[in-house]
Amino acid sequence: MTTTGNGVSPNGSGPDHGTPALEAVAISKDFRLGRGQILHAVRDVSFSLHSGGVVALVGESGSGKSTAARMLAGQERPTSGTIRLAGEPVSVSSHRAFRRYKSQVQYVFQDPFASLNPVHTVRYHLERPIRLHQIGPGGFGGMASPRKEIDLKRELDRLMEQVRLTPARDFLAKYPHELSGGQRQRVSFARGLAARPTVLLADEPVSMLDVSIRLEMLALLDDLRKRLRLALLYITHDIASARYFADEVLVMYAGQVVERGPAEEVTQQPRHPYTQLLIASAPDPDNLGSTLRTGNTTRRDKPVVGAADTGCPFNLRCPLADDRCRRENPALIQLSPTRSAACWRLDETGAGPSPSS
Amino acid sequence: MSPVLEISDFSVAYRTPSGDVRAVDHVSLSLHPGEVLGLAGESGSGKSTLVYGACRLLRPPAAITGGSVRYRGRRLAPAAGAAELLRLRPDQLRRLRWREIAIVFQSAMSALNPVLSVRDQITDVIHAHMEVSRADARDKAATLLDLVGIPRNRLRSYPHELSGGMRQRVMIAMALATEPEVVIMDEPTTALDVVVQRDILTQIAELRERLGFAVLFITHDLSLLLELADRIAVMYGGQLLEVAAAAQIKSEPAHPYTKGLLNSFPSLHGPRRDLAGIPGSPPDLRNLPPGCPFLPRCASGTDACRDVPMRLEPIATALDPSHVTACPFVLPDEVPA
Repeated sequence: MTTTGNGVSPNGSGPDHGTPALEAVAISKDFRLGRGQILHAVRDVSFSLHSGGVVALVGESGSGKSTAARMLAGQERPTSGTIRLAGEPVSVSSHRAFRRYKSQVQYVFQDPFASLNPVHTVRYHLERPIRLHQIGPGGFGGMASPRKEIDLKRELDRLMEQVRLTPARDFLAKYPHELSGGQRQRVSFARGLAARPTVLLADEPVSMLDVSIRLEMLALLDDLRKRLRLALLYITHDIASARYFADEVLVMYAGQVVERGPAEEVTQQPRHPYTQLLIASAPDPDNLGSTLRTGNTTRRDKPVVGAADTGCPFNLRCPLADDRCRRENPALIQLSPTRSAACWRLDETGAGPSPSS
Repeated sequence: MSPVLEISDFSVAYRTPSGDVRAVDHVSLSLHPGEVLGLAGESGSGKSTLVYGACRLLRPPAAITGGSVRYRGRRLAPAAGAAELLRLRPDQLRRLRWREIAIVFQSAMSALNPVLSVRDQITDVIHAHMEVSRADARDKAATLLDLVGIPRNRLRSYPHELSGGMRQRVMIAMALATEPEVVIMDEPTTALDVVVQRDILTQIAELRERLGFAVLFITHDLSLLLELADRIAVMYGGQLLEVAAAAQIKSEPAHPYTKGLLNSFPSLHGPRRDLAGIPGSPPDLRNLPPGCPFLPRCASGTDACRDVPMRLEPIATALDPSHVTACPFVLPDEVPA
């Protein structure tokens, strides 16, 4: 299988080159469904997160993007493949190794209403990871002497300043229900940063927030990765936000990466038929003569959901599918040093707009 | 043409121990026959409370504190004039609901009954609101599934056996079962993937062309409404801030909040724009400032905004007389850099 490995140098300011902060090498995850059935949730996915860079995993629900992130977070063990942290293969078999890994790789959840504990204050949510990861387990129970002296107050102030919840004193004593959705998500970010990680995995970090504050939150994340040189994985179903926010975009379908490349290129000249469909389906405010207004559209003859078991997983829905697509699953084919797509019919998909728009 | 649904000066408050929370504050909005009216607003803007209140679907502590909601359907006796929803008796209301005004709820999984098959749920609606035989109701259920593009062999399926998109289609089929004049859609596609969303919305547009019902479409997604709706009403802090044709909202938004919303969507098409979003947080209805609710976040706000009465007025400079806004200080657009 052809993969782009770590040869991608995203556009925009700043991602480091050289050894990636976190790297997924051909990771796969199978789930047993019983009766001998196996769900291939993630198949042979590779990508690299560089310090100061943003990689977006884009796909619909069930595409495997969250499972991929959960493997990187150490929540799921890959069925096959390797995860490398700063070049070293990761083994999170022991408790201690897992904690060491978690102090480098942190996860931000989608729903700030569910991910904060309603009975604890903001201070509690932030002090815990600081004690756990920066001071070490000895400092938490108070049994052993702290390995490292940490000025807790200064650390809290630093975190609150980073996510712009200032003055810190006012917010630290509050409970989640006293905060707006945006403020809660800032607390989630601060909690993720409390361990001073090198990698942040953000799973749909703004999709539960109001439209008017999403941009501000994405701008905050963008600012944090630049200032703290974080390597950021941005998981989203919204390919438009990936265009604005990510350096590199990976489009996933049925557990596979079907297209990848620099964000602007993938969104402006999509090559895989699925990426083209995804982009044609996004709401387009400029499309005032839309078929949504008139309803005059040719009846579809393809299903709108579903992945094929054999051949290219998209072949059931693909307007270009032929016999080969139904038989063999295409690997990623290198289109340029930074771009690749997994499709047998790339000669037909051109660089133009979607065939279905 | 007189509106099929006319909400006038309508207010809803949530009664709490520490006083009333005015969730909808003197809102007037009309839905014309056959049109798609989009109601855009963030969570807590009062958009759902407005519509559910107008249909009298709210329970205490919510209370309607004023206004009127008139319905004028083709099937009502002309002599009777408009039906005043807020004054109907429960039995009258029951005859009007679904038969005349149907709702597609956001969460199909919780709106559908998990222990009834698709066919039983649809025929249940038909029997409750129309006089038809069992056989006719079953035929009708099958026809309805055809209409929304679900294979007939799914009639015996239960909700958990259907995908999210199919469940939402069943909801739409049920709403259309009684041929209503008004269909209210409350974020019907928010939980769905974009490809499925576009497919369902295209289908709604087709059905509207064929059946001629009017749609009141509630969503937080203004970019979707620009493509979908004929007219758009923008709601914030329990009040309407602007109402205009979709093209007008797109090309000449008047209210600073509408402008801010339009500048909050990353666009896939065209050149990358500098996006600003809107600073600050959505308002706390328990603690609204006097005057314009958007003032704390408004870049062009002045002290005078504290004293303005919030009324929708036509914009002097606008070509379209139906374009109204609550902002009396409509400033000329800054020249984009």
